[in-house]
Amino acid sequence: MNTQRYTRTAIVLHWLMALLFFAVLPLGLYMADLKLSPTKLQLYSYHKWMGITILLLAVLRILWRITHRPPALTMPRWQQIASATVHAALYVLFLAIPVSGWLMSSAKGFQTVLFGVLPLPDLINKNKELGHTLGSVHEILSYTLSLLVVLHIAAALKHQFIDKDDLLSRMLPGKSLKGNLP
Amino acid sequence: MNRILKTVLLLLCTAQVEALEFNQLQPAQSALSFGYRQMGVAMDGKFNKFTAQISFDPAKLASAQARIDVSLASIDTGSADADEEVAGRLWFNAKTYPLASFVSTGVKQLAGNRYQATGKLTIKGKTLDIVAPVTFQSDGLKGSFDGSFNIKRLSYGIGTGEWADLSTVADDIQIVFHLVVNAAPVKK
Repeated sequence: MNTQRYTRTAIVLHWLMALLFFAVLPLGLYMADLKLSPTKLQLYSYHKWMGITILLLAVLRILWRITHRPPALTMPRWQQIASATVHAALYVLFLAIPVSGWLMSSAKGFQTVLFGVLPLPDLINKNKELGHTLGSVHEILSYTLSLLVVLHIAAALKHQFIDKDDLLSRMLPGKSLKGNLP
Repeated sequence: MNRILKTVLLLLCTAQVEALEFNQLQPAQSALSFGYRQMGVAMDGKFNKFTAQISFDPAKLASAQARIDVSLASIDTGSADADEEVAGRLWFNAKTYPLASFVSTGVKQLAGNRYQATGKLTIKGKTLDIVAPVTFQSDGLKGSFDGSFNIKRLSYGIGTGEWADLSTVADDIQIVFHLVVNAAPVKK
């Protein structure tokens, strides 16, 4: 086992969440402006199911992160701090966005029923005004997350192609791009 | 003896001339709601405007009558988009068929304060028979009818076209009513 890499579990969780993020975000943006139709109702459900899946993965991932040290970083201190900050913010947002969506659904009177079979409890009562506010919160947090994801990807690419420190291979499935580091 | 006989006769006469009949709907205290499933999610809503002509005397079930007219455009699904859609052509077509009407055809007692009402429900020009259990409770001059029954939306042509797919909005719609009706003496 190469200690320079994240564990297989962390890698799988990372890429699963990345995949879901790039599906759930455009879906959310697209569905919101649709005229009411069966398709719209279906897309909303799919969006909610994906969001709750992300929430579950995020919880797993945070638990895994707490119990498993990530590989040490070999980069300037300011980059380590920046990296830790962005990662912490990503974790928080991957929890906060699905939760805000869940609460918004409850407030708007549309209970979330995971995959159409598992009803999640409504943590708050029906309240149109609050539902609207939570909608704005959900949106703003999602834009914030998108920005951070862009930053996260830019940093990874910068390390890979400018610094050429093979940082990316820590999180890539399979072997390191440059072979195992000493 | 004569006096007792007179009193009894007077009481009998009064009972025949005046009987208590529950016949005055109290709209503000009454409610007409519905439940359905959408993408597996239990949803509900209500109708804000309806009228009812009811005459109900528990002692005279044979002459019990009810007619309830529901303004379909008064639907409140909890979302303005949905309210607009449901009033539209594919759903209620409320412009052409503004009212849903229930007209009773009979009431029978099941047990105690539980009854069974039968009647005809007309929505969107289509009339079908309905059977609904009803619980009647009265407290002096104030009575209330509570009950519910299910309809299949597609049997009335509610939600056709793209909405006919039942995996999005289910066929079963539960109608729940709570009608508060005051009593007034009526001459027989």
